[in-house]
Amino acid sequence: MAITQLVGAKIHRREDPRLITGGGRYTEDLLRPGTLSMAVVRSPHAHARITRLNATQAQALPGVVAVLTAADFKPILTGTHPVAPAFVAQKHTVPERFPVADSEVVFQGEPVAVVVAENRKLAVDGAAAVEVDYEPLPAVTDLLKALEPDSPKAHTNLLDNIGWDLAFTPEDTVKDAFAQAEIVVKERILQQRLAPTPIETRNVQADYNPFDEQLTVWMATQNPHFARIWIAGALGMPETRVRVISHDVGGGFGSKVCAYPEDYLVPAAAKLLRRPVRWTETRTESLQTTTHGRGQILDVELAAKRDGSFLALKVLQYLDVGAYIGTFGAFQTCACLLAGGAYKWPGGIAARTIGILTNRVPTDPYRGAGRPEATHLIERMVDKLAVELNMDPVEVRRKNFVQASEFPFTNTFGLTYDSGNYEGTLNKALQLVGYSELRQRQQQLRQQGRYLGIGFSTWIEICGFGPSGATAGATGGLGLTESAMVRVHPTGTVQIYVGSHAHGQGHETTFAQIASDTLGIPYESIEIRHGDTAEGPAFGFGTYGSRSLAVGGMAVHKASNRIVSKALKIAAHLLEASPDDLVFDQGRFHVKGNPGSAKTMGEIAFAAYGASLPEGEDHGLEAIAYFDPPNFVWPFGAHVCVVEVDPATGDAQIEQYVAVDDCGNVINPLIVEGQVQGGIAQGIAQALYEEVAYDDENGQLMTGSLVDYLVPTAAEIPTAVLDRTVTPSPSNPLGVKGIGEAGTIAASAAVINAIVDALQPLGITHIDMPATPDRLWKQIQQAQGGAR
Amino acid sequence: MIPAAFAYHRASSVEDASRLLAQGGADAKVLAGGHSLIPLMRLRLAQPSALIDINGLERDLSYVRRDNGTLRVGALTRHYQLAESDEVKRSLPLLAEIANEVGDAQVRSMGTMGGVLAHADPAGDYGTLALMLDAVVTTNRRSIPARQFFLGLFTTPLAADELVTEVAFPVAAGPHKYVKFRRRLCDWAIVGAGAQKMDDGSWRVGVTNAAPTPVRAVGVEQALAQGASPAEAARQATQGLDPASDLRGSAEYKRHLATVLTQRAVEGAR
Amino acid sequence: MADRVPVSVSVNGTTYARDVEPRDLLVYFLREELGLTGTHVGCDTSQCGACTVLVDGRPVKSCTMFAVQTDGKQLLTVEGLATNGALNPLQEAFWNEHGLQCGFCTPGFLMAATALLHSNPSPTEDQVRKGLEGNLCRCTGYANIARAVQSASQAIQTGAAVPVAAAAAGRA
Repeated sequence: MAITQLVGAKIHRREDPRLITGGGRYTEDLLRPGTLSMAVVRSPHAHARITRLNATQAQALPGVVAVLTAADFKPILTGTHPVAPAFVAQKHTVPERFPVADSEVVFQGEPVAVVVAENRKLAVDGAAAVEVDYEPLPAVTDLLKALEPDSPKAHTNLLDNIGWDLAFTPEDTVKDAFAQAEIVVKERILQQRLAPTPIETRNVQADYNPFDEQLTVWMATQNPHFARIWIAGALGMPETRVRVISHDVGGGFGSKVCAYPEDYLVPAAAKLLRRPVRWTETRTESLQTTTHGRGQILDVELAAKRDGSFLALKVLQYLDVGAYIGTFGAFQTCACLLAGGAYKWPGGIAARTIGILTNRVPTDPYRGAGRPEATHLIERMVDKLAVELNMDPVEVRRKNFVQASEFPFTNTFGLTYDSGNYEGTLNKALQLVGYSELRQRQQQLRQQGRYLGIGFSTWIEICGFGPSGATAGATGGLGLTESAMVRVHPTGTVQIYVGSHAHGQGHETTFAQIASDTLGIPYESIEIRHGDTAEGPAFGFGTYGSRSLAVGGMAVHKASNRIVSKALKIAAHLLEASPDDLVFDQGRFHVKGNPGSAKTMGEIAFAAYGASLPEGEDHGLEAIAYFDPPNFVWPFGAHVCVVEVDPATGDAQIEQYVAVDDCGNVINPLIVEGQVQGGIAQGIAQALYEEVAYDDENGQLMTGSLVDYLVPTAAEIPTAVLDRTVTPSPSNPLGVKGIGEAGTIAASAAVINAIVDALQPLGITHIDMPATPDRLWKQIQQAQGGAR
Repeated sequence: MIPAAFAYHRASSVEDASRLLAQGGADAKVLAGGHSLIPLMRLRLAQPSALIDINGLERDLSYVRRDNGTLRVGALTRHYQLAESDEVKRSLPLLAEIANEVGDAQVRSMGTMGGVLAHADPAGDYGTLALMLDAVVTTNRRSIPARQFFLGLFTTPLAADELVTEVAFPVAAGPHKYVKFRRRLCDWAIVGAGAQKMDDGSWRVGVTNAAPTPVRAVGVEQALAQGASPAEAARQATQGLDPASDLRGSAEYKRHLATVLTQRAVEGAR
Repeated sequence: MADRVPVSVSVNGTTYARDVEPRDLLVYFLREELGLTGTHVGCDTSQCGACTVLVDGRPVKSCTMFAVQTDGKQLLTVEGLATNGALNPLQEAFWNEHGLQCGFCTPGFLMAATALLHSNPSPTEDQVRKGLEGNLCRCTGYANIARAVQSASQAIQTGAAVPVAAAAAGRA
């Protein structure tokens, strides 16, 4: 076998040269002459009836080619907007959705017409000239009131606002444990809606070539093959006649996974008008119409003994679905399945999820997708219990962790954690942050009237989606394996097509590291390609859910091993030896004990196309593999956040942030650390800064720009101190786990726990996110009885 | 997003700018730094029929001059120039410090003193400084004391064809501090408070973004003059305030902030 | 209203004479008229900084400037940083320190950092972070961006350049 050389090395990314010289190939950079521009006319109301639409003025403007409405699109678009079962196979209601509204609009920003013009400026002018009259309808804006029988309905034709109501486990499950509990702590925890805000907004370009009957769609997406199926299906075209090309993508975080109206409208317009069409989302449109993350209220009850050992947990999740169910909108219900966190629950966990329709854009996965919500709730409750019992929150955690000796560990929902060592990361984190000194400092500062807080988040998560048996049901039939095609050319250069689709994760580098080690072919001779459905295997599954390395990287590994197996046979034939007598080392095959007489992979590549092949072997040196993981993977870690809160202003400043994470074996430390820092930043952002806010009365979006939606800058986000432990995963040959979402999964709980810890002397027992200064100040006033 | 179309003129002089503004009518706007105007135009919240670009008038309108006890700042002087100017640091260091905290580096390249005052956004820090120091705003028509310049939300006495040409501040190099409370460093002040001790020992205090206009905290000034401690004096900071409840905080919170920040500005003045 | 205005502007050392509509924003002029697509649009309200370029040496958000305003000016965009294909120390530092992931915000950061180092050649980490407050990144959490800028400032000060070939091949 090849000896590991590049796996584990800090290789600088080969993606970077084009990106640091302005040579990135984002969809918006594709400037094809003759392409028309599309602008979308959108509902300004959260809920309304369209009473009149007049496009005459718009159509008369110079350069406007067409104004298209639902009537124009209905003949050529059907079956748009797939809704996957995700974790909720039976939904109560799945509202019908068409990319353009025709009589009723149900969220602010919903398309009502599109204008296609010679250029972007004229398209925007045209859109401004389309006259639409609306009759506003009552909007469903309050998640809990939406459940009341006399609540307005998000869709006037529906009898209620329930998308789903599922008890994963009945409340009975924990009846005994709660009856025997010595202490029960309860809390209602809010998860505000978040806008994923990749710096690149969405964009789509489409060109229908009637001569070939081929539709080409360039778009920013995390999963080009899924986009292809959805677009082809909606247009009634064979999958193979639609090509989706996605080169560089400027971030996604889950928001470029699902099917959007424009993904259908742009190709449909191109087909109708017989001219290429392009559309780029403005940031305003993005905040309004790109799917939001989180959006939940979680009622949690934790039953325990007074010695701090956990008995049972109850979770009730109210999930703000939005006006339509997102393609993977029910994915976030997995917050229930992970609510138990890193701990054991002898009395079980009762969990129920209610998906509630509201007049807002749908929610869908956003970095962590259910796991940040799970971590946040359980880590908050652990700290809450610790305070009630006057115990060190560290000790409560230790007491209840799944122990290192207990893996693989199956939780109360039947999910098996593959490997773990929760005390290991916690101990390292405590050491790095200097925990005992910190507690002393906290006491000293309190005496000076200063409020320092220490917050923990000992997180676990499920990622690497996933085993086909478990995931096919969730997607609606397609198991989330991953594909790779390795092609070794006669000159020894290698092209590898992989079905994952990096948008910042560095696969072109890391997968080449894996391939180089496995194939014994120099890194420089290997190219990783992705993002074009016309290349490579028939299907690919995309990048999200921290899956690409654990599944996609393993597909590369598996296909590369197939190459090596075939190469071995060719080498044996060339060396006139038995395959069993050969050794593969550093890219060379030789007979054991006779390294002097060897064949290199390069020589074998050439020979594979020649005249001397072993009996029964085909020519060529290529292989396709789909990797079906036997299990999900379960990274884990311990984060510690230290904050100081200024009670006079309510301002919380992070003084220190430590993260010790375990993602199994590491392919490239640079990539891993980059993902963790980035993930932590988004978790901090949720805890302190960001919130999608709507007006309670009319449902209008109040945070419609980055002036009000507070994405933090370098001046606000500290550099976290990082470290790691390595507990390999038994779920794949390289022992790797995912790490892309980990930082975000962990961080919000660490920050909020720190703030609550800081303000404990002032009577604060819980704070919701974002913990803005005005909210903190108000809560302090209330806790102090307005004494200040 | 794309602005609506407009006519464009480059002014060759202040008089030319005034004439072009008059011709353009109420919908003609001055283009200076553009960082308040252009974002509004991109969202089509502003659709001027004409823009009169005065950026070419830097020779006439971009300067910092000490004139005995007065610091004269040309209207087209950019934030970064005010932040870096040795003269400003010498004559009115509070202005240099405030300028250095406006927006971010890119905004500071373009935004101007005249633009901030003419736009009269209550979150504009220079307005507070001008008001608390009794600055004088000079236009192509007249001179207007700061206390008569901020009439209301985004409202000044400027006529349609009138441009700010200069702002004159009293020289004041004594203890000073501006406390600007915001979430992100590059944001507008949620509330701000400035304190400047003048050569005659009196204090000037102003509050930013807690009313439709900047507010001079005369109650605080008087209390300090009578020997009150910063904490006691700061209690007067809520006089004349009328903060808006919005995403950044409730009116009650902002009033509270005004007292806290005022106290910190006075206490921290160096 | 759509009368075109002549503009003569130097971009990365080349002078372009074009007729533009007054409402043509500089960022679209660079991207679509001149084909310099390295500068990106990321927002509508001048927050994100992805569009940052240098105008007469000053960092400016090109989405908040009209092309007509650049008449007679000298612009530098990300495409102008490398010389004959050789990366400059800031670009190399971003590469070495993994200062980018999706890369979309990177040109804006490179330009803002170029201006920052010009005005403050030896910034502390705090000064770097504050100096880049006008640029948003969603991927990196800023840690490696700050490292990259400081590393570049050291390289520029000492005249040392990190050999890119060695870094790419390997174990760092």
